[in-house]
Amino acid sequence: MNILELKNLTKTFGGLTAVGNVDFEVPKDGISGLIGPNGAGKTTIFNLITGVYKVTDGRIIFKGQDITNMEPYKIAGSGITRTFQNIRLFKKLTVYENVLTACHANANYSLLESVVRTIKCRKQEKELKEKADNLLEIMGLYDRKDLIANNLPYGLQRRLEIARALALNPELLLLDEPAAGMNPDETVQLMTLIAEIRPKFNLSVLIIDHHMDLIMGICEKIMVLNFGCKLAEGTPQEIQNNPKVVEAYLGVEG
Amino acid sequence: MDLNYIFGILTLAGINLMSVLGLSLLTGFTGMFSFGHAGFMAIGGYTSAMMTVKFGLPFIPALLIGGLIAALVSSIIGKLTLNLKGDYFCIATLGFGEAIRLILDNVQYFGGARGWPGIPHHTQLLNVVIINIVAIIVLANIVRSKHGRNMIAVREEELASQIVGINVFKYKLISLMISAAYAGIAGGLMAHYMTFLQPKMFSLVKSTELTIIVIFGGLGSISGSVLGALVLTSLPEILRTFSEWRLVIYGLSVVIIMITRPSGLMGGYEFTPSSMKKLFARMKNKNKGLPNQMEGGKTV
Repeated sequence: MNILELKNLTKTFGGLTAVGNVDFEVPKDGISGLIGPNGAGKTTIFNLITGVYKVTDGRIIFKGQDITNMEPYKIAGSGITRTFQNIRLFKKLTVYENVLTACHANANYSLLESVVRTIKCRKQEKELKEKADNLLEIMGLYDRKDLIANNLPYGLQRRLEIARALALNPELLLLDEPAAGMNPDETVQLMTLIAEIRPKFNLSVLIIDHHMDLIMGICEKIMVLNFGCKLAEGTPQEIQNNPKVVEAYLGVEG
Repeated sequence: MDLNYIFGILTLAGINLMSVLGLSLLTGFTGMFSFGHAGFMAIGGYTSAMMTVKFGLPFIPALLIGGLIAALVSSIIGKLTLNLKGDYFCIATLGFGEAIRLILDNVQYFGGARGWPGIPHHTQLLNVVIINIVAIIVLANIVRSKHGRNMIAVREEELASQIVGINVFKYKLISLMISAAYAGIAGGLMAHYMTFLQPKMFSLVKSTELTIIVIFGGLGSISGSVLGALVLTSLPEILRTFSEWRLVIYGLSVVIIMITRPSGLMGGYEFTPSSMKKLFARMKNKNKGLPNQMEGGKTV
């Protein structure tokens, strides 16, 4: 079963083809990887899936539904969330407020109900707060919940971004270079965290990263991109032994 | 000093506060600057005056209709301009405000540029205070609900808001409509206080005055807006004895506050019982020489 299917996905900026005719399936309940040299179009694919960029050609199917060119907030509401390569937190808000804000979809009281603070509104607010506390607990951020997000150490900012994404109850989580700028120790911690939360939240995960040990360690399926086109696809073993991939990363021998 | 004079200043401060509260939601909490709020005040003012003078409606319903019409007009403007980014939205509102003033200049039904005298005097200190208290409670309840948090998220980081499923356009529009409704009610209060309306009262200067008050009080703080409106409306009156120098002093004091407190008088903090408790606790800790607690302290 595939949770996400990219069909013939193409994105051009003027004359430049950032992503060209990419076909890829993300299996449900698995961890998949997306790798490739710099400028290969990995983040562009994330931007297309989440609706940040408009698709030039091709289709994106999520849970059997066509989500091509839908508004980003609708795509988020349908169950896809992501983190960013250059962290995008609500910087001046506290850790707790960051997660609490993202929990908003779990409450459905209207603006009018919030003005008069009906019982429904109060009850749902309480539930949101419990959910936020719970998430911070799981992600190991509870003791820093009142810190301003921007003052968190870098590694924890990444963690907070994942916590904020989980607040939406996503079914598919896209992680854009979650281990960027992390030392090997932190990378291992992150790997365990991802492996832990995946079954706990019933997630499917798609990761972009340059840390090959991270990708090879936890991904069941990998796609390699080069110059916007799919170069190879398969299990970590197959990718490691693929001569074309080695060539793209290291150049031609001789 | 004559008590009536002081009451008069406070009433004016209250009228200003009403529209500053609305602008505070738009600028302070949703992060959009508007230089056209005098336009919404004008719409509210003329509409509610029309209701009381030409249709003989009671004061409060007339005010509400004024606010409603201002909100309706803002929704049309919003749908057209809210997709503009940052400064461009600001310029669009500036154009809107001036357009409203110039249209009113030419509508003879409302007396045109000569003005419209003979509006009944309904606005007193008491009803202004009551309306403001209701307005503050409504605003505070919105701001601390999920809707308020979504607006703050839009202010902080638009792309990230989209990604966590917030309909950025919708929340910008809601924020604009609420702030226009507040400005409309303020315009109605002003019309029934001055008993006279003239398009000149709603010029760009009025819009900038409102924005200055919001920034002066501190973006993202309701108590800051209250403080700002009280201080900046009464300041020119207190300085009246300095006659021609008073506007210079007014300008200087705004500049000095901005230099010494760049994030405004309240700087994003709120004046609530719980925040006061926190402040005292921190002061105690300092006196004992304990390390400062690590906390944001900012209430939303």
